[in-house]
Amino acid sequence: MSTVETATEIRPFHIEIPEEQMDDLRRRIAATRLPTKELVEDRSQGVQLATIRELARYWATDYDWRKVEAKLNALPQFTTEIDGVEIHFIHVRSTYENALPLIMTHGWPGSVIELLETVGPLTDPTAHGGEAEDAFDLVLPSVPGYGFSAEPTELGWWAGRVAQAWPELMRRLGYTRYVAQGGDVGAAITDAMGRLAPEGLIGVHTNLFVPALGGTMPTDTEQERAAAEQIAVFRATGFGYFLEMATRPQTIGYALLDSPLALAAWMLDHDTDSYYKISRAFVDGQPSGNLTRDHILDNVTLYWLTGTGASAARSYWESGQATAKSAGQAPPPMNLPFGFTTFPGEIWKTPRSWVEKAYPNVIYFNEVDEGGHFAAWEEPELFSAEIQAAFKSLRNGSS
Amino acid sequence: MSTTVETATEVRPFQVEFRKEQIDDLRRRIAATRWTSNELDESQGVQLAMLQALARYWANDYDFGRVEERLNALPQFTTEIDGLEIHFIHVKSDHENALPLIITHGWPGSVIEMLEVIGPLTDPTAHRGDAADAFDVVIPSLPGYGFSAEPTEVGWDPARTAEAWAELMDRLGYTRYVAQGGDQGAGVTDAMARQAPDGLLGVHFNFLDAAPRELLMAALNFRLAFSDEDRAQFGKFTGIFMRGYLTEMGEHPQTIGYSIVDSPVGLAAWMLDHDADSYEKISRAFLDGTPSGGLTRDHVLDNITLYWLTGTGTSAARLYWENSRAVTAALKHAPPHVSLPVAFTVFPGEIFQAPRHWVKKAYHDLIYFNEVDKGGHFAAWEEPELFASEMRAAFKPLRDGGRSS
Repeated sequence: MSTVETATEIRPFHIEIPEEQMDDLRRRIAATRLPTKELVEDRSQGVQLATIRELARYWATDYDWRKVEAKLNALPQFTTEIDGVEIHFIHVRSTYENALPLIMTHGWPGSVIELLETVGPLTDPTAHGGEAEDAFDLVLPSVPGYGFSAEPTELGWWAGRVAQAWPELMRRLGYTRYVAQGGDVGAAITDAMGRLAPEGLIGVHTNLFVPALGGTMPTDTEQERAAAEQIAVFRATGFGYFLEMATRPQTIGYALLDSPLALAAWMLDHDTDSYYKISRAFVDGQPSGNLTRDHILDNVTLYWLTGTGASAARSYWESGQATAKSAGQAPPPMNLPFGFTTFPGEIWKTPRSWVEKAYPNVIYFNEVDEGGHFAAWEEPELFSAEIQAAFKSLRNGSS
Repeated sequence: MSTTVETATEVRPFQVEFRKEQIDDLRRRIAATRWTSNELDESQGVQLAMLQALARYWANDYDFGRVEERLNALPQFTTEIDGLEIHFIHVKSDHENALPLIITHGWPGSVIEMLEVIGPLTDPTAHRGDAADAFDVVIPSLPGYGFSAEPTEVGWDPARTAEAWAELMDRLGYTRYVAQGGDQGAGVTDAMARQAPDGLLGVHFNFLDAAPRELLMAALNFRLAFSDEDRAQFGKFTGIFMRGYLTEMGEHPQTIGYSIVDSPVGLAAWMLDHDADSYEKISRAFLDGTPSGGLTRDHVLDNITLYWLTGTGTSAARLYWENSRAVTAALKHAPPHVSLPVAFTVFPGEIFQAPRHWVKKAYHDLIYFNEVDKGGHFAAWEEPELFASEMRAAFKPLRDGGRSS
């Protein structure tokens, strides 16, 4: 980093995967050694063989990566080096004046792919039944170690460090007043940004309630008890992937890089709601909203082609280290305006009371009736409407 | 159960035979491995340099005929028990009055871990022992492991396997025998002791895997003793439950199953990431050429190759799922106490070094307790001579003329 000018430069980015890589992927899928069938008739032993068989068949024979490659390349993509790591991002400016800049962060096992269908509704609202005054300029970065961002080569890239890189990115793009949004790992990053309160950040919205991961929440009401029970079930029955990546990302990383179906199974085994939705998309041809076979495989194929299974898993290890270091200490307060949407299929249905307890300045809370953990991916129109409503009060002239 | 009892209970000789295509395919896959980048911290799991050294040795220098040769040099059999074909090694001692002993391996093990104890146990005079210390040895493959068939229905928890082992010993004509196990084998052996089938005289463990309520009470007994030693061991003991491999296999064995059946290095990494002591020892075997005792490169790869060629990574992982259900059930309905004589050896590299009073609390009739100075989680594999001498000492009181006859 001797020449500052070069380091802060923003370069256009274009994806072009060599055909040999596609051939190798198809060869590996065809050569897969599959285990025997699970001994149960549901998800209770993990990703079911019938789902993986159908996914493998579709992946090797019908799936076309070039479609999503063209879709990504049709969007303005860039890279720029921040804090020593090359960051990839999509940057779509609205044609409307006074559009509000928004930086949206994906999670695991996601990527910028999960956010693609929100680009239209957010940047061009009038074409999607919205108002020009709800327009956003949209920045969708790939988290370090994910997709086309470089992977960290040193320790320390936990959510709090990414939360410092994103304001630098927004600054480089010339934005002086902007908002931030995230779910899953993206929610942790966005929550951390809010606590850092960098200059220019005027509010945040998340669709995963981060404070519940760090400590116990009150269970005084029926809604609170229901949410606490959902968290307890998740911890008791669906926690293996989390614990393995938080403690041994390298160990699981070997198979994620070497076996396409190992990668697919590991990525599908996230939460009960999204698993069954995705499973139905493959086995019964009945996707839920936008969680179609092609969209699911776009994301899995992106992980495969970029070889980022291990580096993405390491972000959980970093979070685990950060959690261990900060054990017993309350995080810095978050005083910025905060919006939250509860989607019904999320791992736990966050009640308003929890949100208000954890964030003193709640400007928006809503419970919607469709969508799950991958809300932006599954229900992009509804998700976009939530973002528009959540940030309305922060636009020029209204706050 | 089979309708023709005679066929079902038949004990048939067994020979291992791998096809050349299977081995060629394995070699090809190792060579075609797509590697991940280097870990950023040694605590992130199996290290890249170590796994690459293993893959290099596996593909280029390892003799793929080894597993076949080593196993086929021993009398092996299969027999159907409770609907499942069970594979076992059965070596009778030449010495009269040898004591029959059934030894159960664990995960990520197989009968491979036990091969080097067969000589010292069955032929003690050739191994610095006395003829009076001889054992007849039975070493079965757990259901879903190695050459035993894999269960096709849920319910093969340690208690069900324990019932099958008693049936196996009965079929072999043994009316007075002892049992031994570590790791998952300790779970099966513990269940055998609780069931106390006719003929079982006593058991030995090298891992404390008592029924959860008793183990918890034993461990919490430190509140009475409250020594630094107790607290240190309690910390190591509870650390087991924060391990990803255990949680993942206990919850979703099928999901990790796709990894370990399709990728040889994925399988190797998953198997080597067991406990810190054995990992460091195996790592030194590959990186520095300085193995610890029997944990040599060839022995370690014999075991991994066996898992690969039998394609049993997933079915082996399912035992943790069964175990986790069994533990939950046992918390509600406690199994019977163990009244049989129990012997225990503490190996210094084991995940936790069970203090004597924990073992005594879990098993009231403790006839033998010893702390040795070598060996870890894979005690029989790493220190076969020492392990065998522990068996001799532990079971001496139970032999003919001993205290129980």
